[in-house]
Amino acid sequence: MERIDVLKTYKIFIGGKFPRTESGRYFHVKNDTGELLANMCLSSRKDFRNAVVAARKVQKSWESASALNKGQVLYRIAEMLEGRKSQFMDELMMSGSSKIAAKKEVEQSIDRLIYYAGWSDKFQQIFSSVNPVASSHFNFSVPQAMGVVSVIAPNKFSLLGLVSVVAPVIVGGNTCIVLSSEENPMVSISFAEVLNTSDVPHGVVNILTGKRKELISHFASHKDVNAIIYCGHNNKELNEIEKLSVENLKRVKIYKRKNWGDQKNQSPYFIERSQEIKTIWHPTEV
Amino acid sequence: MSFPDLLKIPKIDKLGVQEIVNRFCKRSIKTSAKKHGLHLALSMIDLTTLEGKDTTDKVRRLCYKASHLHNSLQGLPNVAAVCVYPTLVRVAKKELEGTKINVASVATAFPSGQSTLDVKLSDTKFAVNEGADEVDMVISRGKFLAGEYNFVYDEIAAVKEACGKAHLKVILETGELDTLDNVRKASDIAIYAGADFIKTSTGKISPAATMPVTFVMLNAIKDYYKKTGIKIGMKPAGGISTAKIALQYLVMLNETLGYDWMNKDLFRFGASSLANDVLMQLQKQESGYYQSLDYFSKD
Amino acid sequence: MSKLNLSKTWNYAAATESTNHILLKEKYDLFINGEFVKSNSKKYFDTINPATDEVIAKISEANKKDIDLAVKSAKIAFRRWSKLKAKERGKYIFRIARMIQERAKEFAVIESMDGGKPIRESRDVDIPLAANHFFYYAGWADKLEYAFPNKTPKPLGVAGQIIPWNFPLLMAAWKIAPAIACGNTVVLKPAETTSLTALKLAEIIQESGLPKGVVNIVTGAGNTGAEIVNHPDIDKIAFTGSTNVGKLIQKSISGTKKKSTLELGGKGANIIFEDAAIDQAVEGIVNAIFFNQGHVCCAGSRLFVQESVANIVIEKLKDRMSSLIVGNPLDKNTDIGAINSKEQLATINKYIKIGQEEGGEIYQSKCSISKKGNWCPPTLFLNVSQSHTIVQEEIFGPVLAIQTFRTIDEVIEKANNTPFGLSAGVWTEKGSKIFKLTQELNAGVVWANTYNKFDPTSPFGGFKESGFGREGGLHGLKAYLKFE
Repeated sequence: MERIDVLKTYKIFIGGKFPRTESGRYFHVKNDTGELLANMCLSSRKDFRNAVVAARKVQKSWESASALNKGQVLYRIAEMLEGRKSQFMDELMMSGSSKIAAKKEVEQSIDRLIYYAGWSDKFQQIFSSVNPVASSHFNFSVPQAMGVVSVIAPNKFSLLGLVSVVAPVIVGGNTCIVLSSEENPMVSISFAEVLNTSDVPHGVVNILTGKRKELISHFASHKDVNAIIYCGHNNKELNEIEKLSVENLKRVKIYKRKNWGDQKNQSPYFIERSQEIKTIWHPTEV
Repeated sequence: MSFPDLLKIPKIDKLGVQEIVNRFCKRSIKTSAKKHGLHLALSMIDLTTLEGKDTTDKVRRLCYKASHLHNSLQGLPNVAAVCVYPTLVRVAKKELEGTKINVASVATAFPSGQSTLDVKLSDTKFAVNEGADEVDMVISRGKFLAGEYNFVYDEIAAVKEACGKAHLKVILETGELDTLDNVRKASDIAIYAGADFIKTSTGKISPAATMPVTFVMLNAIKDYYKKTGIKIGMKPAGGISTAKIALQYLVMLNETLGYDWMNKDLFRFGASSLANDVLMQLQKQESGYYQSLDYFSKD
Repeated sequence: MSKLNLSKTWNYAAATESTNHILLKEKYDLFINGEFVKSNSKKYFDTINPATDEVIAKISEANKKDIDLAVKSAKIAFRRWSKLKAKERGKYIFRIARMIQERAKEFAVIESMDGGKPIRESRDVDIPLAANHFFYYAGWADKLEYAFPNKTPKPLGVAGQIIPWNFPLLMAAWKIAPAIACGNTVVLKPAETTSLTALKLAEIIQESGLPKGVVNIVTGAGNTGAEIVNHPDIDKIAFTGSTNVGKLIQKSISGTKKKSTLELGGKGANIIFEDAAIDQAVEGIVNAIFFNQGHVCCAGSRLFVQESVANIVIEKLKDRMSSLIVGNPLDKNTDIGAINSKEQLATINKYIKIGQEEGGEIYQSKCSISKKGNWCPPTLFLNVSQSHTIVQEEIFGPVLAIQTFRTIDEVIEKANNTPFGLSAGVWTEKGSKIFKLTQELNAGVVWANTYNKFDPTSPFGGFKESGFGREGGLHGLKAYLKFE
């Protein structure tokens, strides 16, 4: 008798744990031929709320971890992903990628993590300044993490897109809540498993699966979220995000890029987008 | 009297002091306020001569000037005191008999203070015996900078005792103290050791009195007053040569310690050429014409 | 504690700055496409001296049609201005800086007459900083590619700029200088109570030969501002003002391609540790809250004093307040001038009333105040906590709420416990404490052992509900460039 495969239960990722959605709801993910791939959690606003709590709780300590340490954590994620390359390729292929495309996407994701790992202790030097004020003061400006960032990840490039957006956010000391690709969410939860076996502190990255339609308004309106990153082209969604973000003047960052494989889609400016600039004055006379 | 708690002496931020001093300097003092301020300034002057070449004659002339500032102006106050070396106290005292002008004497191995306590005490006693109403002593800056604060304190306390009824002004020689933090520390030590006045400078070291230094000393006086209710006097000396600068000091005094300090019992200017500039300004206010120094006696 | 007698026994006589040399017209029209033109609304409103209630001049009210003309002229001007050689662009801006310096005194007097701020401040702070701001950004015009490695900066187009009444000329400079240095053109609206120096700046711009339409200055109130915000040909909105209006603007441009920067309200924490240079810290408290009558978005309006020095700090603060001179803004000795408008005075008084009703202990310094004009004595509130209205909301007046604290963690938590995040002050002589605090405080500007300092090279702007974007310095360029 043929062996029966063990199917994987995909849950969501909050505060370093893998709970089921508190709503108990799910949605089907099917491949091109209509075959059921998985039942994914249909996350609710309460899941999002819990994720924000987890992200907020760890934000200060993550931000104050040394830059070197943050870089090593990102590097560790890349190492773990490298080790599970074939699993991720399989998952991408299940949801329609060719083998070549899947391989390229996973490898690019690993390389992108390493790219940002290297920036962890360098971007500050690019975006800081010593300002030659006319009075007898030492004056300098430095970037500082915005805090908690909500991320609507790209629908296409479900792994590379997510990595490309999340890596620069966390390397800058932010924590985040990600809504994964709605079309291909499975890989995002497998990526959560990678995060969980790397040295990423619990709560730094939280990943939800579900419907943009249901969740965008909460991602945009929550008052304990400092910034929102939106990847996509839907003007209605964008409009809603911009309107709701006004409530607490959440910073809104929009990525309309289509091809996350392009090398142009990595730069320290991605890190800068979730940084505030703080300026400090001190007298120099003794 | 007790030794001050050095740990509780407030720190000084120099730029902050400079900023507020700039604000005092930008006050615009006109018309009646100016006249009032100039009269006050005159009444606070310690007319000073502290030269190696000073003679009996020079001191006599200075004393005459002190009591006859400028004949053509009515209602002028006298200066507060004439300040001389101990050997010339008797001369000054005699010349000023019948006036309310005090005689102040420098003492304690002025200006360096580099001598033994015995010499300093006998110097002081000599000046007092000669009739000095006020004694201007110098602190041992070398000891202060070496951190021997107790030595400095004890010396001041001993001189104070030697002064008897004479008022003691303690010269910190701030131009040698390096930082405003030191100025504040030295002020507190002098005040707690029994100074009636604290004074910036001997006039022999540059910089002499400055507004920032004086401001720090005024704040030491203020804190002591708030704590004990005792009013200590202040004497900036050296470098205050114009009426304009004197008015800036008075503005600072007015806004830091208030009107109670605005009299010769609690504030003095140690100066030699200030009087004539103040007189010129007063004459200008009176006549409306700008003046020449040729019309004001120099002694 | 023994009391000082700081009542003003030696009264400085009046030292009023002369107004003979200033040139003011009875009526001011709109500055559109390099010319002063009458408004289509045909309406004028009065601009009033808040110290005397006298009308200084009449100001034109721009309507929708006027704004359309202004934006169109800016749009047409953009084509040539953005293509002009960058170094030539810079030279025009240098020229404007110099012309402001030449006429500095006139500007200072008008600023004080129109806005109520002490001449000492307009003369020593507002006007020189405005000139310096133009001078600073003029130099950037031909160096932009060095500011953003691996990027090609391009101007945005037409910037609509709306500025407040607290630093009228300075805010105009903060807005116009970087915008035109980056190759944009501008439609700027000053606040309705303080239009005069912006209109005088328009005269300078006209005299400077700056190409027509590069800077347009239109006057009016909120409706006029809304016409700018909603005009379809505006590419960028730069706004400085209240958080409420900032949010309205941000809502109304959401879903459009307009970019924005917002400099909004604040409730700055000014923190005094027991090891601070106490006398300078007291002066710092005064600068933080009474500078410009407290009409400062980054004012240090929440004071936190460590418990062990609270009594002495408050005592000294009261002493210092009694030597502050409140009165005629044109008197060179005035420390605190007139409240900018009747409306603002009513707002401040409303908060003072709320403060008392909620149980705060009020202290106001004694000052003799003229019957005409808008005045508010320097005010302290003691016995208040984070939950008091006057601790939470921006008052924009000379009103300070004082709290005490014991530990570093406690004060950091309280200082950050606000939706605002513009500014903070820290006073301690211990270096590591300064760096701990400057790292942890969520504020765009942190002044350590100083307060309310500004410089063209120094980026300024807020976290959280205090807005976004920076003005000043290299970082201030980004608000006026795109990188595609």
